[in-house]
Amino acid sequence: MSETVIPYMVKPHPVTGIPNGKLGIWLFLASEVMLFGALFSSYILLRTGAPHWPPEGGLSSDLLNVPLATINTLVLITSSITMVMAWASLKVQSLPKFRVYLGATILLACVFLVIKYFEYAHKFELGHFPSHDNFYAIYFTLTGLHGVHIIGGIIVNTYLLTFGSKLWKTDPEHFTNRIENAGLYWHFVDLVWIFLFPALYLL
Amino acid sequence: MDAAHGTAVAPSAEHADAGHSADEMKKHVRRYIAVFVALACLTVITVGVSYLKLNRPLAITVALIIASIKAGLVASIFMHLISEKKVIFAVLVLTAFFFILVLVIPSLTIGEGVGVSTG
Repeated sequence: MSETVIPYMVKPHPVTGIPNGKLGIWLFLASEVMLFGALFSSYILLRTGAPHWPPEGGLSSDLLNVPLATINTLVLITSSITMVMAWASLKVQSLPKFRVYLGATILLACVFLVIKYFEYAHKFELGHFPSHDNFYAIYFTLTGLHGVHIIGGIIVNTYLLTFGSKLWKTDPEHFTNRIENAGLYWHFVDLVWIFLFPALYLL
Repeated sequence: MDAAHGTAVAPSAEHADAGHSADEMKKHVRRYIAVFVALACLTVITVGVSYLKLNRPLAITVALIIASIKAGLVASIFMHLISEKKVIFAVLVLTAFFFILVLVIPSLTIGEGVGVSTG
């Protein structure tokens, strides 16, 4: 029985002009846009429907920790450049540099989650759970879903840094494509945060 | 010996040709660093503007413009959209259409009292 192989994972598909894996990740990202889009839509609905936003009064920036979120924004931006540098390292055939950059990306993702943990813990100490009001409900839903995406990125990148990197020895181009696809996902997660940060914390 | 050596390095050389040359990658890396600096500066500007306590419509407009510039930089440079194939743009145009549709839907319900506090 012959092994079934997904075609055009390395070379571009003659019809689309890109490898199938890349088209696949873009289609996945399109579905992700709709997932977050639906929640952003809910946010707009809740916000425009409320007599005051946040409902308990004051400003969003008074209720949430802007300095911590700013640091987290910078952490994610930095992780985006380390991710793209990991891919660039493979393009110039340097596996050691790739390991350093991808390792840094994973580490920065963990830093993001640790900072987020402190933010959440402080809210819980004050009794501000998702059930508190619509502001906290949408805040925890959006940042929680984004956090789950960060965890997903950590898992995938850790696999690619460890067991998954064996592919480099047998098929370097295929492995480089995988890193590019993982990077597309990671940059998307950064992109979502770019909109979440002002929407939830600053406005 | 030479022939054997040539065979051994062939996949790697082919890979380099199929991808980017070292000089080309250096240019890319410089661009990535420039984008990173721009993103960091724009983040600081967004936070700085929020402390000006502008009126809400203006604050929302400014924040959205800055966020859109940042998103554009990430998508075009980090995600390589600047040099991507047509099929990706076809997917993105379709996605953008439905994304805008989903964002507009709430405005259709506002007149019907959905989401308005009864308290």
